[in-house]
Amino acid sequence: MEWMAWTWPTAIFFVVIASLLITFTILAIKFPETPRVGILQIETTRGDRLFITLLGSAFINLAWLGLTDITQWAALGLCLIYAVAVFRWV
Amino acid sequence: MALYLLFLMLPIYWLLNMSLKTNAEILGSFSLWPRDLTLANYIKILTDPSWYWGYINSLIYVVINTVISLAVALPAAYAFSRYNFMGDKHLFFWLLTNRMAPPAVFALPFFQLYSSVGLFDTHIAVALAHCLFNVPLAVWILEGFMRGVPKEIDETAYIDGYSFPHFFIRIFTPLIASGIGVAAFFCFMFSWVELLLSRTLTSVDAKPIAATMTRTVSASGLDWGVLAAAGMLTIVPGALVIYFVRNYIAKGFALGRV
Amino acid sequence: MNKTVNHKAWFLVLPVLILVAFSAVIPLMTVVNYSVQDTFGNNQFFWAGLEWFEELLNSDRMWGALGRQLAFSAIILAIQIPLGVFIALNMPKGGFWASFCLVVMSLPLLIPWNVVGTIWQIFGRVDIGLLGHTLDWMGVSYNYTQNPVAAWITVIVMDVWHWTSLVALLAYAGLQSIPQAYYQAAKIDQASRFSVFWYIELPKMSGVLMIAILLRFMDSFMIYTEPFVVTGGGPGSTTTFLSIDLVKMALGQFDLGQAAAYSLMYFLVILLISWVFYTVMTNLDKRDGV
Repeated sequence: MEWMAWTWPTAIFFVVIASLLITFTILAIKFPETPRVGILQIETTRGDRLFITLLGSAFINLAWLGLTDITQWAALGLCLIYAVAVFRWV
Repeated sequence: MALYLLFLMLPIYWLLNMSLKTNAEILGSFSLWPRDLTLANYIKILTDPSWYWGYINSLIYVVINTVISLAVALPAAYAFSRYNFMGDKHLFFWLLTNRMAPPAVFALPFFQLYSSVGLFDTHIAVALAHCLFNVPLAVWILEGFMRGVPKEIDETAYIDGYSFPHFFIRIFTPLIASGIGVAAFFCFMFSWVELLLSRTLTSVDAKPIAATMTRTVSASGLDWGVLAAAGMLTIVPGALVIYFVRNYIAKGFALGRV
Repeated sequence: MNKTVNHKAWFLVLPVLILVAFSAVIPLMTVVNYSVQDTFGNNQFFWAGLEWFEELLNSDRMWGALGRQLAFSAIILAIQIPLGVFIALNMPKGGFWASFCLVVMSLPLLIPWNVVGTIWQIFGRVDIGLLGHTLDWMGVSYNYTQNPVAAWITVIVMDVWHWTSLVALLAYAGLQSIPQAYYQAAKIDQASRFSVFWYIELPKMSGVLMIAILLRFMDSFMIYTEPFVVTGGGPGSTTTFLSIDLVKMALGQFDLGQAAAYSLMYFLVILLISWVFYTVMTNLDKRDGV
């Protein structure tokens, strides 16, 4: 494990992702997913929306980093808003 | 059509032409066919260990990779083609992204990973690394073929009292034999043609032919004749089996989706 | 085919999962770890935060490579897709010649990529290559190691040579699945050659073409070996595409942190594009009722 050069922030990052995945798996078992068609005109399930959220968040963070000098935490806030929007309308 | 075929064959012919010339003739004069036919370039490759070991190394890891890929892909493809299960679509997509992922992204971490576990410069390291894109490929191709086998066959077999492993090996595998053949061929091919990962993960003992070829720049300049001959020899395995898979080749390249 | 729900099927997928996790997830995690650190060799790491990302996002290096990459992929698609369809339409429908064409066309697809590079490297050289020599003889100044335009043309022609057959083979497979009855109906209606193509052949091929576009786009997007062998990314960095640039950074300069940040962004773009294609593909499947 030495060569992987773990750091606390990245470890926390992966724990968060992993726990998100586990949460959604449990949710999927307890309340089976029903696909629906959102504003993108595609059928999505809860898992798909999680994926869209995570991928979109990555790009939001990169754009924030490249375009502004404001603290990165603000980008995270933006991602949260984005996440709510995705789960509500997509 | 004929023009296109000509366009395809011309560069290959030129390589063949070069491989049969002496170096003096290649550099000295320009001719459409070898004036002074020689097999010296081929003889050099087949007698020089640093050359022919390249081929042997390549073959070893390619075969290991094909066997591993097929062994793990068969049951998985069956599961994807027959059942719905938790997260199946996400898993299938994730496999696809691995096929699409650029080897360049993985070259560096693979180098670190295999160095740290002491597998650097071994055949098994390259074989495992190539599983990154070959396993998804095999799963997709096999799934495509398995979808064509009616489900009633499975059900009848179970009613007749076959257990799953027995059914799978005795009845199902022969039914998709052509699919397995095609998947094997494509795993073989993609492992054979890949350069970046195999070059990064080896140095001496397991050096593949592709890497050997990129290092032919010797003190006396490039040895074009030998390089061309080595190139011709790498085309041979593909050319030999191509005839057998000609009707499935589109299906294989399309990840079983045609 | 209607599938039954069976969560035990997970056990059949497990071996694949473990193997791919080993060869994909662990390296990816490593890349993430490296991307926020700096190293001076010896596996000693220092926290760098998001510096690498910021530096890359504000430098011309990555955007330049990305721009060239997108231009390259766009040109490749614009040439190969129409050409491939055209060839498929003109292929013999069956018999010996069809087999012959299939075999000859498949040949470039199965040549090791570095050999493809070598073939064109030799073929294009002015002193010993047929193409370079002929062009020189015709009075065209052509030198792919010096002239960026020549280098680009060489790389593109090479890729067309290498991969157009794939598009043609897929389109051909799509054409083969059209029942004869369709053509007969068109004949009775006295449809023109073009309307047969536009209203019968093209819609029937759309699924296959989608795959062809996906594969061609992705593979051209991660092209490394062929241009590396032919031009080495040069002259200058005019044919340096994303993969070449990344390998230069990772294995040439051994800049682990920066290369890892580069890899991550590269991978995110790939992920986004694969997802778009996959979604479009599955939605097409559903509409066709497959």
